[in-house]
Amino acid sequence: MRYVALFILSMVFWLLITFKFSAANIAAGAVASAITAAIFGRYYFYNVYKFLQPRRWVWFIVYLTTFIWACIKANFDVAYRVLHPAMPIRPGIVKVKTTLQSEFARTLLANSITMTPGTITVDIIGDEMYIHWIYIRSEDPAQYTRMVIGRFEEYIKKFAE
Amino acid sequence: MNDMAAIILISVGVLFNIFGCIGLIRLPDMYNRLQAATKCVTLGCCSILLGVLVHFGIGSAGFRALVAIPILFFTATVAAHALVRGAYHFGTKMDKRSVKDDYREAVK
Repeated sequence: MRYVALFILSMVFWLLITFKFSAANIAAGAVASAITAAIFGRYYFYNVYKFLQPRRWVWFIVYLTTFIWACIKANFDVAYRVLHPAMPIRPGIVKVKTTLQSEFARTLLANSITMTPGTITVDIIGDEMYIHWIYIRSEDPAQYTRMVIGRFEEYIKKFAE
Repeated sequence: MNDMAAIILISVGVLFNIFGCIGLIRLPDMYNRLQAATKCVTLGCCSILLGVLVHFGIGSAGFRALVAIPILFFTATVAAHALVRGAYHFGTKMDKRSVKDDYREAVK
Protein backbone atom coordinates (compact mmCIF):
# COMPACT_ATOMS: atom_id res chain seq x y z
CA MET A 1 0.00 0.00 0.00
CA ARG A 2 2.71 2.47 0.86
CA TYR A 3 4.45 1.72 -2.43
CA VAL A 4 1.25 2.69 -4.23
CA ALA A 5 1.06 5.97 -2.28
CA LEU A 6 4.62 6.90 -3.21
CA PHE A 7 3.96 5.91 -6.82
CA ILE A 8 0.92 8.20 -7.03
CA LEU A 9 2.82 11.06 -5.40
CA SER A 10 5.79 10.71 -7.80
CA MET A 11 3.45 10.50 -10.76
CA VAL A 12 1.57 13.68 -9.81
CA PHE A 13 4.87 15.41 -9.24
CA TRP A 14 6.18 14.31 -12.63
CA LEU A 15 3.07 15.51 -14.42
CA LEU A 16 3.18 18.90 -12.68
CA ILE A 17 6.84 19.48 -13.42
CA THR A 18 6.81 18.37 -17.06
CA PHE A 19 3.27 19.57 -17.77
CA LYS A 20 2.86 17.58 -21.01
CA PHE A 21 0.07 15.07 -21.27
CA SER A 22 1.16 13.03 -24.31
CA ALA A 23 1.13 9.25 -24.02
CA ALA A 24 4.92 8.99 -24.30
CA ASN A 25 5.47 11.43 -21.44
CA ILE A 26 2.99 9.68 -19.17
CA ALA A 27 4.61 6.30 -19.91
CA ALA A 28 8.08 7.67 -19.10
CA GLY A 29 6.73 9.14 -15.88
CA ALA A 30 5.12 5.85 -14.90
CA VAL A 31 8.40 3.99 -15.37
CA ALA A 32 10.37 6.58 -13.39
CA SER A 33 7.76 6.64 -10.59
CA ALA A 34 7.73 2.84 -10.41
CA ILE A 35 11.51 2.76 -10.00
CA THR A 36 11.34 5.50 -7.33
CA ALA A 37 8.58 3.72 -5.44
CA ALA A 38 10.43 0.40 -5.59
CA ILE A 39 13.64 1.89 -4.19
CA PHE A 40 12.35 4.40 -1.61
CA GLY A 41 8.92 2.96 -0.79
CA ARG A 42 9.99 1.37 2.45
CA TYR A 43 11.31 4.62 3.92
CA TYR A 44 8.14 6.72 3.80
CA PHE A 45 4.49 6.62 4.83
CA TYR A 46 4.33 4.08 7.59
CA ASN A 47 0.59 4.40 7.74
CA VAL A 48 -1.04 5.41 4.46
CA TYR A 49 -4.60 5.50 5.85
CA LYS A 50 -3.77 8.68 7.77
CA PHE A 51 -4.01 10.48 4.43
CA LEU A 52 -7.68 9.66 4.20
CA GLN A 53 -8.71 11.34 7.46
CA PRO A 54 -10.13 14.82 6.71
CA ARG A 55 -9.39 16.05 10.26
CA ARG A 56 -5.67 15.83 9.51
CA TRP A 57 -6.02 17.91 6.36
CA VAL A 58 -7.81 20.68 8.28
CA TRP A 59 -4.98 20.82 10.81
CA PHE A 60 -2.48 20.73 7.98
CA ILE A 61 -4.01 23.88 6.49
CA VAL A 62 -4.01 25.58 9.91
CA TYR A 63 -0.34 24.63 10.27
CA LEU A 64 0.47 25.88 6.76
CA THR A 65 -1.01 29.33 7.35
CA THR A 66 0.82 29.70 10.69
CA PHE A 67 3.99 28.54 9.00
CA ILE A 68 3.75 31.03 6.11
CA TRP A 69 3.03 33.87 8.53
CA ALA A 70 6.02 32.88 10.71
CA CYS A 71 8.15 32.71 7.58
CA ILE A 72 7.29 36.25 6.51
CA LYS A 73 7.92 37.49 10.05
CA ALA A 74 11.28 35.71 10.05
CA ASN A 75 12.36 37.63 6.98
CA PHE A 76 11.53 41.02 8.43
CA ASP A 77 13.25 39.98 11.66
CA VAL A 78 16.48 39.06 9.88
CA ALA A 79 16.30 42.15 7.69
CA TYR A 80 15.92 44.31 10.81
CA ARG A 81 18.94 42.72 12.53
CA VAL A 82 21.08 42.97 9.44
CA LEU A 83 20.28 46.59 8.62
CA HIS A 84 20.36 47.92 12.20
CA PRO A 85 23.64 49.84 12.70
CA ALA A 86 24.35 48.26 16.11
CA MET A 87 23.31 44.74 15.01
CA PRO A 88 21.20 43.55 17.98
CA ILE A 89 22.31 39.93 18.23
CA ARG A 90 22.74 37.66 21.23
CA PRO A 91 23.42 34.26 19.69
CA GLY A 92 23.70 30.86 21.30
CA ILE A 93 22.63 27.25 21.10
CA VAL A 94 19.72 26.20 23.31
CA LYS A 95 18.29 22.81 24.13
CA VAL A 96 14.55 22.21 23.89
CA LYS A 97 12.56 19.06 24.54
CA THR A 98 10.03 17.79 22.04
CA THR A 99 7.13 15.45 22.73
CA LEU A 100 6.72 14.32 19.12
CA GLN A 101 7.44 10.65 18.53
CA SER A 102 7.39 9.80 14.82
CA GLU A 103 10.39 10.68 12.68
CA PHE A 104 8.29 12.34 10.00
CA ALA A 105 6.75 14.70 12.56
CA ARG A 106 10.16 15.50 14.03
CA THR A 107 11.57 16.31 10.61
CA LEU A 108 8.66 18.64 9.94
CA LEU A 109 9.14 20.35 13.30
CA ALA A 110 12.88 20.79 12.66
CA ASN A 111 12.17 22.27 9.23
CA SER A 112 9.54 24.63 10.65
CA ILE A 113 11.92 25.80 13.35
CA THR A 114 14.57 26.53 10.75
CA MET A 115 12.18 28.77 8.83
CA THR A 116 10.83 30.70 11.85
CA PRO A 117 12.37 33.93 13.18
CA GLY A 118 15.99 33.64 14.23
CA THR A 119 16.31 29.90 14.77
CA ILE A 120 18.09 27.01 13.03
CA THR A 121 17.93 23.39 14.13
CA VAL A 122 21.45 22.06 14.68
CA ASP A 123 20.82 18.50 15.81
CA ILE A 124 18.32 16.12 17.34
CA ILE A 125 19.61 13.68 19.95
CA GLY A 126 16.95 11.49 21.52
CA ASP A 127 14.13 13.77 22.65
CA GLU A 128 16.21 16.92 22.65
CA MET A 129 16.60 19.40 19.84
CA TYR A 130 19.60 21.72 19.73
CA ILE A 131 18.72 25.06 18.21
CA HIS A 132 20.91 27.97 17.24
CA TRP A 133 19.11 31.18 18.14
CA ILE A 134 20.21 34.57 16.89
CA TYR A 135 18.74 36.51 19.82
CA ILE A 136 18.14 34.59 23.05
CA ARG A 137 15.24 36.38 24.69
CA SER A 138 14.97 34.36 27.88
CA GLU A 139 17.13 32.25 30.18
CA ASP A 140 14.32 30.06 31.49
CA PRO A 141 14.11 26.69 29.68
CA ALA A 142 10.31 26.41 29.90
CA GLN A 143 9.85 29.89 28.52
CA TYR A 144 12.25 29.60 25.60
CA THR A 145 10.90 26.19 24.70
CA ARG A 146 7.51 27.81 24.24
CA MET A 147 9.01 30.68 22.25
CA VAL A 148 10.98 28.45 19.88
CA ILE A 149 8.51 25.66 19.28
CA GLY A 150 5.51 27.95 19.43
CA ARG A 151 2.26 26.47 18.27
CA PHE A 152 3.93 24.27 15.66
CA GLU A 153 4.32 21.30 17.93
CA GLU A 154 0.63 20.91 18.73
CA TYR A 155 -0.44 21.43 15.13
CA ILE A 156 2.09 18.91 13.82
CA LYS A 157 1.04 16.47 16.50
CA LYS A 158 -2.56 16.76 15.35
CA PHE A 159 -1.94 16.06 11.67
CA ALA A 160 1.24 14.02 11.42
CA GLU A 161 1.16 11.62 14.34
CA MET B 1 -2.43 44.76 -13.80
CA ASN B 2 -0.83 41.32 -13.89
CA ASP B 3 2.44 42.80 -15.02
CA MET B 4 2.36 45.29 -12.17
CA ALA B 5 1.82 42.52 -9.58
CA ALA B 6 4.58 40.42 -11.13
CA ILE B 7 7.01 43.33 -11.04
CA ILE B 8 6.18 44.07 -7.40
CA LEU B 9 6.61 40.43 -6.36
CA ILE B 10 9.92 40.06 -8.20
CA SER B 11 11.22 43.36 -6.79
CA VAL B 12 10.36 42.29 -3.24
CA GLY B 13 12.15 39.00 -3.87
CA VAL B 14 15.27 40.70 -5.14
CA LEU B 15 15.18 43.12 -2.19
CA PHE B 16 15.11 40.25 0.31
CA ASN B 17 17.91 38.50 -1.52
CA ILE B 18 19.96 41.68 -1.15
CA PHE B 19 19.20 41.75 2.60
CA GLY B 20 20.40 38.16 2.79
CA CYS B 21 23.63 39.07 1.06
CA ILE B 22 24.20 42.06 3.35
CA GLY B 23 23.67 39.75 6.30
CA LEU B 24 26.18 37.33 4.87
CA ILE B 25 28.80 40.08 4.98
CA ARG B 26 27.83 41.93 8.18
CA LEU B 27 27.03 39.20 10.69
CA PRO B 28 29.96 37.96 12.77
CA ASP B 29 30.20 34.18 12.63
CA MET B 30 29.23 31.25 10.45
CA TYR B 31 26.06 30.33 12.34
CA ASN B 32 24.57 33.81 12.22
CA ARG B 33 25.47 34.21 8.58
CA LEU B 34 23.65 31.00 7.78
CA GLN B 35 20.53 32.43 9.43
CA ALA B 36 20.50 35.35 7.02
CA ALA B 37 21.37 33.12 4.09
CA THR B 38 18.56 30.60 4.66
CA LYS B 39 15.66 32.82 5.64
CA CYS B 40 16.02 35.85 3.42
CA VAL B 41 17.21 34.00 0.37
CA THR B 42 14.50 31.31 0.59
CA LEU B 43 11.61 33.73 0.88
CA GLY B 44 13.23 36.02 -1.69
CA CYS B 45 13.38 33.18 -4.20
CA CYS B 46 9.81 32.15 -3.38
CA SER B 47 8.65 35.67 -4.03
CA ILE B 48 10.45 35.72 -7.38
CA LEU B 49 8.87 32.38 -8.30
CA LEU B 50 5.42 33.70 -7.39
CA GLY B 51 6.14 36.68 -9.61
CA VAL B 52 6.95 34.26 -12.44
CA LEU B 53 3.66 32.45 -11.79
CA VAL B 54 1.71 35.72 -11.98
CA HIS B 55 3.53 36.79 -15.11
CA PHE B 56 3.06 33.57 -17.11
CA GLY B 57 -0.33 32.65 -15.64
CA ILE B 58 -1.52 29.12 -14.96
CA GLY B 59 0.33 27.06 -17.53
CA SER B 60 3.50 25.13 -18.13
CA ALA B 61 5.96 27.68 -16.75
CA GLY B 62 3.65 28.85 -13.98
CA PHE B 63 3.09 25.36 -12.61
CA ARG B 64 6.79 24.63 -12.63
CA ALA B 65 7.40 27.78 -10.60
CA LEU B 66 4.70 26.73 -8.15
CA VAL B 67 6.16 23.23 -7.75
CA ALA B 68 9.62 24.69 -7.20
CA ILE B 69 8.48 26.55 -4.04
CA PRO B 70 7.97 23.54 -1.72
CA ILE B 71 11.09 21.90 -3.11
CA LEU B 72 13.06 25.05 -2.33
CA PHE B 73 11.68 25.07 1.22
CA PHE B 74 12.63 21.49 1.93
CA THR B 75 16.09 21.60 0.36
CA ALA B 76 17.02 24.96 1.92
CA THR B 77 16.12 23.89 5.44
CA VAL B 78 17.83 20.52 5.14
CA ALA B 79 20.93 22.14 3.64
CA ALA B 80 21.06 24.73 6.45
CA HIS B 81 20.75 21.99 9.06
CA ALA B 82 23.50 19.92 7.45
CA LEU B 83 25.82 22.94 7.10
CA VAL B 84 25.38 24.17 10.65
CA ARG B 85 25.84 20.69 12.13
CA GLY B 86 28.87 20.00 9.94
CA ALA B 87 30.43 23.32 10.90
CA TYR B 88 29.97 22.60 14.60
CA HIS B 89 31.54 19.17 14.36
CA PHE B 90 34.38 20.59 12.28
CA GLY B 91 35.11 22.97 15.16
CA THR B 92 34.05 26.36 13.84
CA LYS B 93 34.12 28.81 16.76
CA MET B 94 31.04 30.74 17.79
CA ASP B 95 31.22 34.51 18.04
CA LYS B 96 32.42 36.15 21.28
CA ARG B 97 28.97 37.63 21.86
CA SER B 98 27.42 34.17 22.16
CA VAL B 99 25.77 33.68 25.54
CA LYS B 100 24.92 29.99 25.65
CA ASP B 101 26.09 26.69 24.20
CA ASP B 102 24.11 23.64 25.29
CA TYR B 103 25.33 21.57 22.38
CA ARG B 104 28.92 21.27 23.60
CA GLU B 105 28.11 18.79 26.36
CA ALA B 106 25.92 16.74 24.06
CA VAL B 107 28.66 16.33 21.47
CA LYS B 108 31.24 15.12 23.95
